[in-house]
Amino acid sequence: MNNSLDDSKPIFQQIKEQIEDMIINHSILEGERVPSTNEFASYYKINPATAAKGINQLVDEGVLYKRRGVGMFVSDQAKHILFQKRKASFIENYVVPLKTEAKKLNISEEELQELIKGGDER
Amino acid sequence: MKIEVNNLTKLYKGKKALDQLSFSLDEPKIYGLLGRNGAGKTTFMQILAGLLLPTSGSLLVDGEAPFDKQRLTESMCLIKEGDNFKKDLKIKNVLTIASMFYPTWDQELARQLLEEFSLQENMKVKGLSKGMESALGIIVGLASKAPITMFDEPYIGLDASARSRFYELLVESYQKEKRTIIFSTHLIDEVSLLFEEVLIFDDGKLIVQEEPDQLRDTCFSISGPASLLEDYISGKWVVHTQRLAGNMTATVIGLDKHEAQANGFQVEGVSMQQLMIYLTSKQGGVKK
Repeated sequence: MNNSLDDSKPIFQQIKEQIEDMIINHSILEGERVPSTNEFASYYKINPATAAKGINQLVDEGVLYKRRGVGMFVSDQAKHILFQKRKASFIENYVVPLKTEAKKLNISEEELQELIKGGDER
Repeated sequence: MKIEVNNLTKLYKGKKALDQLSFSLDEPKIYGLLGRNGAGKTTFMQILAGLLLPTSGSLLVDGEAPFDKQRLTESMCLIKEGDNFKKDLKIKNVLTIASMFYPTWDQELARQLLEEFSLQENMKVKGLSKGMESALGIIVGLASKAPITMFDEPYIGLDASARSRFYELLVESYQKEKRTIIFSTHLIDEVSLLFEEVLIFDDGKLIVQEEPDQLRDTCFSISGPASLLEDYISGKWVVHTQRLAGNMTATVIGLDKHEAQANGFQVEGVSMQQLMIYLTSKQGGVKK
């Protein structure tokens, strides 16, 4: 979990990613309660409405579910949903910039593929 | 309480402090009021608090002008930079007066906060350091629980850790009871995460009213070869540009990040503080 947030990116997005990371790295398991809006707001000193927006989006995506009067919990299919989503953004966040940079350096498709294959040998 | 501002103008000796301001604050939220010195923030808050009359236009709180209306002024608390309290009063007198003025006053909270900021009831305002006087202002502002509470640079002399504690207390108190909090500050980096909506004033005009996350999501610094970038940003709301050799960086509001990246430009987020500087410096301004 990050200790502070980045003021130049949407805060609700960062809260959302924090929760996603906690689920992906097993620090919160399926069926367990996630921190509440107020807990996030106090921890990061952010507006509660902003924290709520991040949490509510995860409810809409089926990652979390609400138990009235108790709080928000991690759904059984949470991890599956998150992996699908992260794969999609992997392309955008890693593959696209990689290709852009490669193009700038005149690295051909074949060369790039070789580099990726050999990348873990370094 | 609903605040409606319509063509609000205030002249001081012929100079416009507020110039045809129009906007509304509909819900209890934490609002950030930003702008350079002389942008009109303090004048606006004084009119809202019922301390000043506008030259023309109107400011209505739940449909009424606040000037000289006790029903409205008792639901508003304005904490200024300094001189909030008479010098020869003791702290306990300050609290008693506030408790009589504000129907929503929370004496228990005031007592807790005194302890928190190490103030004693028998100290005289005169004898307080600047930081202690600011702490007293913050205590009155929080404990007033006024439906509209305004903090106008309330922390002269408060050290970083006391300010940080103040922000925590503000969030805590807001969580327990929602109310309209208007927070004017130059220390934007410290508090920008607290705001649910920001208003940026420049030369007595409102130039931005937006959710901070919306700004963070649409305002970027984009860089690339000047020749390509110039074409790409033409017609967009550019608030700042900088050049180095054949390269250029432009800060743009209302930018589609993915589209810009797909065009091969580098895109970076902009902090609220930086955006404020660009928007209110002479180079940037309000060109749209």
